Amino acid sequence: MINKATINKIPRKPKLNNLRLFRRRFARSKLSVIAFCFIIFQIILAVAAPYIAPFDPFRGDFLATWETPNYVHWLGTDDLGRDVLSRLLYGARVSISIGVLSQLAIALVGIPVGAIAGIRGGWFDYVLMRVIDVLSSLPTILFYILLMVALGAGFWNLILAMTLTGWIGIARLVRGQVLSLKKTDFIRASRAMGAGNWYIIKKHILRNVMTPVIVSIALGIPGAMFAEAGLSFLGLGIPAPQASWGQMIGMYQAYIRTAWHLTVFPSIILALTMLAWFLLADGIRDALDTNNNFSSVEK
Amino acid sequence: MIRYILTRIAGLFGVLFIVSVITFSLMHTVPGGPFDARALENQQMVPENIKRRLNEKYGLDKPVWQQYTLFVRNAVFLDFGYSMAYPNRTVVGIFREQWSYSLQLGLLTFIFSIIVGVGLGIGSAIKPNSVLDYFGTSVSIFCLVIPSFVFAILLQIIFAVWLGWLPTGGWSSPRHWIMPVLANSLAPILVFQQYTRASMADAMKAAYVRTARAKGLSRKRIMFIHVFKNALTPLLTVGGPLAAGLIVGSFFVESIFRIPGIGFYFVSAIGSRDYPMIMATTLVWTLIISLAYLLTDLLYALADPRVTLAKDE
Repeated sequence: MINKATINKIPRKPKLNNLRLFRRRFARSKLSVIAFCFIIFQIILAVAAPYIAPFDPFRGDFLATWETPNYVHWLGTDDLGRDVLSRLLYGARVSISIGVLSQLAIALVGIPVGAIAGIRGGWFDYVLMRVIDVLSSLPTILFYILLMVALGAGFWNLILAMTLTGWIGIARLVRGQVLSLKKTDFIRASRAMGAGNWYIIKKHILRNVMTPVIVSIALGIPGAMFAEAGLSFLGLGIPAPQASWGQMIGMYQAYIRTAWHLTVFPSIILALTMLAWFLLADGIRDALDTNNNFSSVEK
Repeated sequence: MIRYILTRIAGLFGVLFIVSVITFSLMHTVPGGPFDARALENQQMVPENIKRRLNEKYGLDKPVWQQYTLFVRNAVFLDFGYSMAYPNRTVVGIFREQWSYSLQLGLLTFIFSIIVGVGLGIGSAIKPNSVLDYFGTSVSIFCLVIPSFVFAILLQIIFAVWLGWLPTGGWSSPRHWIMPVLANSLAPILVFQQYTRASMADAMKAAYVRTARAKGLSRKRIMFIHVFKNALTPLLTVGGPLAAGLIVGSFFVESIFRIPGIGFYFVSAIGSRDYPMIMATTLVWTLIISLAYLLTDLLYALADPRVTLAKDE
């Protein structure tokens, strides 16, 4: 029974552009929103670290070494008397920039390589697939370790190592997407009308592979942070005077009996950060996962 | 079938060859040789003539390609030479003596994580959105976001330092095993839980389950006879490589809990630029993991008659 009142109650469907639609779908998951806020807060802290850090993270105070948390040093000091809180704030800068920069580099290498291999096929595709086969037969962590041993510890070397190992995944993803897109009618139509490879990549392919690529990048950020922490833990990531959470954990894990605060705080921060980024990535994936999307059709 | 196996084995050798070239060239581009690292540790320079003699002993004075061919020739007979960090031990000797620790850790981790992971996965799949499902999901999120070394250290602080229930490190008694196995099983539990859950959900939607239900079989019977058997076969594909990855040792857990396995020795070999040890470990790992993939594929073909191996993609 439809009467006038109910008709008036039906809300007029507002026109949504993609971004607003995305925002609305993303906001449905409370956890992802909380994670997003946590990450924004952390980024602000990291950017403002030089202004808000209570102490210089690199200068030791030899009259205040091995201090447990107190009113002056909220989270205590380490073996050289450096303030743990300040070092954690600077560690956030390392962690976040490694995560984001490495994924950008991976995307810049992986997307074009995968797209070209997918659309051109032929010898390029064949060689690429064999290279990927060989590289992925090495365990990732082992590959990271070998590269870092060869390159030497350091911020940019870490990003280089992550790019060298990480482009494989995204190239394979893009290639697969392109191969399935190639068979679709709209691309065949475009080709029939005389469109060249570049035009098709730019106009049709990039737009359609973006969803899985964005999800893969969003998941890759915490993955890269994870790897950075692990390598720094082994002493192969961020070298000593700089601060990194993994490195702090690795350096002071031998002292947990005498100075628990040196490992517990970085551990907790690292775990919370990883949780937040994974939840964010999860939220992004759910928000992008519309029904008319290619990745779901393919399955 | 035999042709397929032979092709795969040939491919295995190809992979080993390329991995050995990559590792070898990476190791030789490293600034600072093995003797510099040890000199730095002892705070003294190695005199030139002794350095020359050492380089001669380990063959480091020869051109790189010659070093490589020599290495390959010896490696074929499983001779990786003497370790540089432990000059009185051969690499093979280190493997023989220390591997059992990694093997024990890996097997215990595998058994523990398969029980927990598959159990949680089945629980989640049988009753979606129940308490058990949420518990399983929480455990898997925990396993996903917590790095094993962070978890290991938190365990150490809580159970060894604060409560004093368990020893902080070592491998001598079952009490020493608890924390390393827990810390090591985060990633495998995640994999098992996710796979079990997904493949159980698929199997429960399958037509033969609907048929069985239509025939009036009891829920229990359907689960045990039809669902489990079909849902757990795909676990072979992840279980094999995972087990291989576990028995070759863990860098983080072994070095935190001071378990003298291969992972522990590998980490210290990195620090001391112990080329023979690094090369041998990398190759052995690649071999074991590739073999595991091959065996898994073969086993899978035996377990699931629908799979044929004739055409590789």
